[in-house]
Amino acid sequence: MKLSATDLSWSIGGNTLLQSISFEVANGEFFGIVGPNGSGKTTLMSLLSGIRKPQVGSVTLDGQPLSKIGRRDVARNIALVEQQAETGERLTARQAVELGRTPHLGAYSPWTQEDTETVNRALRNVDMDHLAERYWHTLSGGERQRLHIARALAQEPKVLLLDEPTNHLDIGHQIDLLDLVGKLDLTVVTALHDLNHAALFCDRIALMQNGSLVALGKPSEVLTVDCIREVFGVEAEVEPIGQGSCNIRFVPRSRIHHARESRFRAAS
Amino acid sequence: MTSPGSPFFKTGMALGALAILLISVCMGAAIGETAIPIATVAQTIANRLWGAGYAVSPLDEGIVWSYRLSRAVVAACCGSALAISGVVLQSLLRNPLADPYILGISAGASTGAVSVAILGLGTSMLSLPLGAFLGALTAFLLISLLAMKTGTGTTAIILAGVAGSQLFNALTSFIVTKAATAEQARGIMFWLLGNLSGVRWPDAYLAIPATLLGLVICLRHSRALDAFAFGSNSAASLGISVLRTQIVVIGASAVMTATMVSIVGSIGFVGLVIPHAARMLVGVRHGVLLPASALIGAVFMILADIFSRTLIPGQVLPVGVVTALVGAPVFAVILSKKRERA
Repeated sequence: MKLSATDLSWSIGGNTLLQSISFEVANGEFFGIVGPNGSGKTTLMSLLSGIRKPQVGSVTLDGQPLSKIGRRDVARNIALVEQQAETGERLTARQAVELGRTPHLGAYSPWTQEDTETVNRALRNVDMDHLAERYWHTLSGGERQRLHIARALAQEPKVLLLDEPTNHLDIGHQIDLLDLVGKLDLTVVTALHDLNHAALFCDRIALMQNGSLVALGKPSEVLTVDCIREVFGVEAEVEPIGQGSCNIRFVPRSRIHHARESRFRAAS
Repeated sequence: MTSPGSPFFKTGMALGALAILLISVCMGAAIGETAIPIATVAQTIANRLWGAGYAVSPLDEGIVWSYRLSRAVVAACCGSALAISGVVLQSLLRNPLADPYILGISAGASTGAVSVAILGLGTSMLSLPLGAFLGALTAFLLISLLAMKTGTGTTAIILAGVAGSQLFNALTSFIVTKAATAEQARGIMFWLLGNLSGVRWPDAYLAIPATLLGLVICLRHSRALDAFAFGSNSAASLGISVLRTQIVVIGASAVMTATMVSIVGSIGFVGLVIPHAARMLVGVRHGVLLPASALIGAVFMILADIFSRTLIPGQVLPVGVVTALVGAPVFAVILSKKRERA
């Protein structure tokens, strides 16, 4: 399904968090949103998922504005994995994933065998079926994050939205998780912190700064040395590795300083 | 709970629950200063409901029907209503310490009651329970407005509730110290602590529909309540209309609690403790948790009332004192057990 944002704006208390954001995500695309802290990624994700209504502009799903689609129907098509959603309830892993069936169940419609199978599939998909009966609070951060994704998968969505899903995971789990999401036959939109991950996994990237979209395109087109310096304020070396992807190596300021100094010495 | 359980199993559970409830109500009618055999209680009920025509002494029949049964039924409704309110508020506000009174309902009710009883505001039109009911709803609306002004978070409503409760409690104390005679103050005190003594059938006719309606409304939203486990954003992304659910369910619990407070005064600890006990027994799914809490709350209140009547011979304790005396230690035990298991 095609997800498009048209001229999205959002402000709160005089602070503009998003300003005229427009882009289109094609069916099956792995679309990344990157930008420094406070650049508006999370706000954008909440507008895309429909849990907040844009003050200006619209989000459309296959041409239909989300505001015209009922909440339940939106939830059957778009699933959101928030950053760090926690619970104090004594839920089991399986019960947390079962919540994903909510938009498919009415107030009185009974839970069916089909629902159980969908939940089982979702648990297998994130490799958590062996921990299904464990209590939520006994699981690690990575396991919880995988369960959130399983919960989203149990919604059987067409579009999966992820808000920095790799936060607080160790590197192995970060790569596993992105690998897993990349293999899914879904349209994926994910906010990401790590530019290298964005470059490795995303088909296209939107780069945000202060609530505005400053670049949009293939990773190698967006993540240029100049762009990274401009938006993130760091020096980097970028090496294209084909298929629009690239490798980014950040250079610490102290190293830059050293490099200049040694060059200066060599010259004198 | 993963698989729905066969309809047969469900019907069995429902019948079992009803049986437990019925037995508790009969116990409430049988036990007291003059013990009345359960058989007599059953015969009285049969006489009254179906005109069965058993020979029961009019005195016994009077005690059972007019005093103890109505009292037990109201106690059951009150326990259920407070427990259901506790469950939904703890789930929606995502705070294990939330209870029905956090919305300022009991504080508002007491202010309303003392305004009528002591200041004589609108005495010609308002009875004390009606004053309490209006006070409760006023406080709830004020606190909701304040919470909406402060922000949208669940902390906002809890803070607003604390602030509002303090204000209304202060008003109550002010009115009591300023205007009440010693005797009035004593009467108000007794009422504030929760008191089932004056309860008769007309109270039950109010309590039963309020409780049933509240239970049905909350049950209708049980899947929505489940979806709040990870917060309101997560619920919204699961297709729940968050604001509508909050308004309907919190509104239902406010009306239920206000009704109960206006009939029996404020009874502490039931709305806080029973939901936790029920969660430990049946888990966190609201489809099961709500009826279970309703049942446990009902039985607990009937037992608490029996204790309040029999603990000190010749004297009736306010039932709120009993629920707190039993509830607090039980709560402590639950908390420490929970810790061990976690």
